[in-house]
Amino acid sequence: MKAVFTRPQSLTETPMHYCPGCTHGVAHRLVAEVLDELGIRGRTIGVASVGCSVFAYNYFNVDFQQAAHGRAPAVATGIKRVLPDRVVFTYQGDGDLAAIGTAEIVHAANRGEQITVIFINNAVYGMTGGQMAPTTLPGMRTTTTPFGRDVRVAGHPLHVAEMLATLKGVAYLARVALCGVAHITRAKRAIRKAFQAQLDGKGFSLVEVLSTCPVTWGLSPIEAVRWLEANMLPAYPLGEFVTSEGKERL
Amino acid sequence: METTAERVLMKGNEAIAEAAIRAGVRAYFGYPITPQSEIAEYMARELPRRGGVFLQAESEVAAINMVYGAAGAGARVMTSTSSPGISLMQEGLSYLVGSELPCVIINVMRGGPGLGNIAPSQADYFQATKSAGHGDGRNLVLAPATIQEAADLTALAFELADRYRNPVMVLTDGITGQMMEPVTFRADTPPAREPPPWATTGAGEGPVRLINSIYLEPEALEHHNRRLVEKYRRMQSEVRYEAYRMEDATVAVAAYGLVARIARTAVDRARARGLRVGLLRPITVYPFPSAAFAEAAGRVAAILTVEMSAGQMVEDVRLAVAGRTPVRFYGRLGGAIPTPPELVAQIEALAAEVSAR
Repeated sequence: MKAVFTRPQSLTETPMHYCPGCTHGVAHRLVAEVLDELGIRGRTIGVASVGCSVFAYNYFNVDFQQAAHGRAPAVATGIKRVLPDRVVFTYQGDGDLAAIGTAEIVHAANRGEQITVIFINNAVYGMTGGQMAPTTLPGMRTTTTPFGRDVRVAGHPLHVAEMLATLKGVAYLARVALCGVAHITRAKRAIRKAFQAQLDGKGFSLVEVLSTCPVTWGLSPIEAVRWLEANMLPAYPLGEFVTSEGKERL
Repeated sequence: METTAERVLMKGNEAIAEAAIRAGVRAYFGYPITPQSEIAEYMARELPRRGGVFLQAESEVAAINMVYGAAGAGARVMTSTSSPGISLMQEGLSYLVGSELPCVIINVMRGGPGLGNIAPSQADYFQATKSAGHGDGRNLVLAPATIQEAADLTALAFELADRYRNPVMVLTDGITGQMMEPVTFRADTPPAREPPPWATTGAGEGPVRLINSIYLEPEALEHHNRRLVEKYRRMQSEVRYEAYRMEDATVAVAAYGLVARIARTAVDRARARGLRVGLLRPITVYPFPSAAFAEAAGRVAAILTVEMSAGQMVEDVRLAVAGRTPVRFYGRLGGAIPTPPELVAQIEALAAEVSAR
């Protein structure tokens, strides 16, 4: 009998702690499949951030370091600089990367640090209980924007992909979404290209992944996917912002 | 500089950098701040051509986290900064202690609090010796009094960091960093050092490795912290201090680092005036040489603690002597340096007071 669907070698068998309907599990699987397909599991070092994905090391079957909130790009820099022939990636959420870790991500990108960043944007702080993130949409209710995000008070959503795309050190940069099979297929292609950019020594690569947080959004898993499609896709345009070999269809 | 030179005249900061390279440092991550920037500048010139990595970080916060990454990946690694920079590094320091990662941190102290000034100070003593960031963390702290010792203790710091899987700090000051003295280096060839077996090297064989400091279950974190406390207890065997002319002393001066050099001159001058005075100089300020002070407390009539701070090490002196002898304090603040005549006057006043009792 032919196996048509198996667990990637790059994932452990540990059951995930993520909430039902959360797309971290999908993002993890895509990264793991890419590591398998590129044959780099044995020479990859991951860096986990602070937030829901702090326990990513329980699920990825690769060496891992856990970083302080926002500092994963600096930690990854330290690893990559002393082990330049290894593959180093960070897995960060929007609170981690786009708020407390803004300086670290901007400078790692600008240095052209040979690392790959998986940036999960679900427009909210998940682990701490649903507070406003830099990526929270205008009018969106969170526990710290109980009447909806007022941009006159809390500022505007931060468009990380667009911001980092202006930096010369970036070799590959895309924004994808995890709503539906077609989008997930494109997301995997982007993640693969991001790791390939690192393997080719072209510079910094990042994939911004629009994701769901059904629990803090107060929606069912299905409703959360619909909400992402209806609200996040218009606010955060998908596509490739930087590629080293010219634009390609994802 | 010729790396094979026997004895050379060097600035303190550069001697520290050269000693670190000879001790086999593989990577330096730092951010410029006066009065220690020559360490980064020396590393930028020397480290890449001698087989290491130099990177100027975007902040002290990033620098210490780069140190974390490189240390976790098994490299011999260091950073250097000065007081306001150390405050920024406290976050990373706590993670380094929690994850048990060896590294060396040089703090060339300047005046504070806040932006303060760039003059020498010892006002980071509490921060250096009492807490390696938030949580129950500790790190070894070595306090050189000469440039030769700064070089020697920097080399030792790497050995101790590996021995205890813990950050080690070299605590010095703006004068020691900036002045020049002759220095002889211990090793010409960096010692070979394989990545430790726990390092996340992405080597691909055997079980995956993890560098981490999160223990959600209270009992698990308590167990981890008790293990760290046991390690801090073992660190007590690293106590180092110097006793100078203490054999028949009736008054002891307690001082470390630059101030101890000045105090040594003052002790000699007071001796020339017939006063029986000696100097107790902690070389490790954590662990503090409490036993040496406790022993001295039984022999001397008083201890004068001198610091370039409002009085920080004096608390460790008082704890060590446990009320068995009076402890007086004399401090200069804000970058001011005590002079030998000032200290002789303090010694004479204290000697007169105790002999009148």
